Amino acid sequence: MWKEVIVALRVTVVTLLLTGIAYPVAVTGLAQMLFGAQANGSLVLNEQGRVIGSELIGQSFSNPAYFWSRPSAAGDNGYDATASGGSNLGATSKKLHDRIATEVARLQENNPLAKEPVPIELVTTSASGLDPHLSPAAALWQVPRVAAARGLAPERVRRTVESLIEGRDIGLLGEPRVNVLHLNLALDRQFGRVQATASGG
Amino acid sequence: MTFNGWLQIILYSLVILSVTKPLGIFMFRVFEGDRQPLQRFFGPIERLMYRLCGVDPSSEQSWQQYSWALLAFSAFGVLVTYAIERLQHVLPFNPQGLGPVAPDLAFNTAASFTTNTNWQAYSGESTMSYLTQMAGLAWHNFTSAAAGIGVALAISRGLTRRLRPEDPRTIGNFWVDVIRSIVYVLLPICIPLALVLVACGLIQNFAPYVELTTIEGVKQTLAMGPVASQEVIKELGTNGGGFFNANSAHPFESPTPLTNFIEMVLIFAIPAGLTYTFGRMARDQKQGWTLFAAMAVLFLVGVGVAYWAEAGGNPVVNRLAVDQAAGNMEGKEVRFGITNSALFATITTDASCGAVIAMHDSFTPLGGLVPLVNIQLGEVIFGGVGAGMYGILIFALLAVFIAGLMVGRTPEYLGKKIEQREVKLAVFYILIFPAIILGFSGWASVAPYATSSLNNDGPHGLSEILYAFSSGAGNNGSAFAGLNANTLWWNTLLGITMLGGRFLMIVPVLAIAGSLVGKKVVPPSLGTFPTDGVLYVALLVGVVVIVGALTFFPALSLGPIVEHFLARNGKLF
Repeated sequence: MWKEVIVALRVTVVTLLLTGIAYPVAVTGLAQMLFGAQANGSLVLNEQGRVIGSELIGQSFSNPAYFWSRPSAAGDNGYDATASGGSNLGATSKKLHDRIATEVARLQENNPLAKEPVPIELVTTSASGLDPHLSPAAALWQVPRVAAARGLAPERVRRTVESLIEGRDIGLLGEPRVNVLHLNLALDRQFGRVQATASGG
Repeated sequence: MTFNGWLQIILYSLVILSVTKPLGIFMFRVFEGDRQPLQRFFGPIERLMYRLCGVDPSSEQSWQQYSWALLAFSAFGVLVTYAIERLQHVLPFNPQGLGPVAPDLAFNTAASFTTNTNWQAYSGESTMSYLTQMAGLAWHNFTSAAAGIGVALAISRGLTRRLRPEDPRTIGNFWVDVIRSIVYVLLPICIPLALVLVACGLIQNFAPYVELTTIEGVKQTLAMGPVASQEVIKELGTNGGGFFNANSAHPFESPTPLTNFIEMVLIFAIPAGLTYTFGRMARDQKQGWTLFAAMAVLFLVGVGVAYWAEAGGNPVVNRLAVDQAAGNMEGKEVRFGITNSALFATITTDASCGAVIAMHDSFTPLGGLVPLVNIQLGEVIFGGVGAGMYGILIFALLAVFIAGLMVGRTPEYLGKKIEQREVKLAVFYILIFPAIILGFSGWASVAPYATSSLNNDGPHGLSEILYAFSSGAGNNGSAFAGLNANTLWWNTLLGITMLGGRFLMIVPVLAIAGSLVGKKVVPPSLGTFPTDGVLYVALLVGVVVIVGALTFFPALSLGPIVEHFLARNGKLF
């Protein structure tokens, strides 16, 4: 019986070293060698080489000339990539209902040219709070505001959005989507940078 | 619901169907074959591990020895992980300089990962150092899965071995089962797939968190870490413990629908394969496919209900000026959408995985009912790695017992008579589970120190409590995560719940294995109730559903069911 306890202790140590240390260290070594960019967070750099985001991690945008991300429950101000998570409010939660109502009112006020009802993705928080995407509908809904803020014809902004819609993986999996950071960077590239002074409230 | 959505669900089901046989045969050869596959490569590693551990691979254990080995190994598992958590501030791989984990949270987490639950009362990115994640937690993702496979093999051996009277009544060797699981099955799948996931965008590094300023001048800090290596085993071992708080919803854990698909396949792969392994052990492949079919029926019903409920959206929101065509998107990611969120929620709770890509707490009442019921049915719908197999075998024994009562014959399963001792142990297994869940939920729902942790009022609050204890006792680990479980009371009670839900259920299973292994095999006769075919599938599904429904329906009717009707009438809490 006590012999088994010694065996248990030895198996504990050996499996810990193999699966808890050697395995992740070896995978890290290989990953860094083979896929360094992804392994380090798919970071996006600006012309000066400074990190301005990760293409996988959502950010908040408030300038009317940029597309806005979904609301976020990560951290106190949203899009806190050290505090991922959702609101966890249930369907019958008054807090959820009131939050959505407030968000709808805010969006309508800031998007007077958008006539359709607000796409649900734009007023709901994601599971991670770091959703880097908008659905095509949620992006297209914002086109009139972005175009007006940049003094452009809506059609030109719409074309930029449409060119950046990613289809389903292998044509089947997941949902079509637009990466918000890519989209806003593309706008800046095509139509010039906006001054970071305006605020969308 | 869309055509594309159903296509995704069908594709997933077909992939699982197609991996079942090859993986099942592979595992049969690993655990029961005379010569293990890929011997030239893995043989030396296996033998080295036996030597380092002092294990004699040719010796076998009685059920008592097998249980003792498992319990001793698990006890060390709890202690080591507790120690790593408490000492992480002085140990390496802690670039963020995170402090020691609080004692109650460290106990809860150690119990959680040792029991294959991976309930997380903490937020990974702000609490656990890289060493704690790798060596304290992901280590258990391997060993607890391996232990589960061991128990499934043990009861399968009990049912299928044909011993002569002079043979010892042994059910295998726990250490050999664990070591072979790790060396032949888990690591060889994990290493290449971890790299595939990194290629798709998962991170894998030991770097400090990245500080950055966005183009609007907002500061953001990106949590880093060795994620991919943990992500693979977390799904393959049906553990479910996320590196980050948001689990697989976090884009660094699952950045694309393709990574999500791979992760979903990993969850069901081994549990589905084990049904085939079982058929091989029973020398009758139909026995394995019968169990597979019963699981598949329950799986498809669950997916259908969850998908329908979530696609319908939240009725309370409909009166606002929103377009809810996309469905109930609160707590869901755009890239996954409704289909994958509903599919994943069903898979992760059919299996005792507990990883999530959407927040179950924010599902519609019926959409959230599906994961909750899946757990309460005992996670036998493919189930946890090993745990699903031994769970469904207990139900299979009960099903022949009930059929035996109806036709007035001593029940048999695979030619072995199921008698008083086995039925008593099986009933103990069945009853301990609701006793823990309903007992503790009852306590929690009247205690202010427990209800103060709730995030939602009204019936949804009760659902949060029920879900927590079901998830703990079922060793699932997913949550209605609004519940703030990181309090002394919740950490302690859920820690006890997880330990009880694991070991008070495993020991009776091993006892059944021990009691069956020596039984004579009776040749089938006209009066033998066939345990393959459609009739038995229906009986087995019926027993699983009726036992679960009778036990939990009263509690569920006060939680998600009443909430469903209130939501339809626009009632808010």
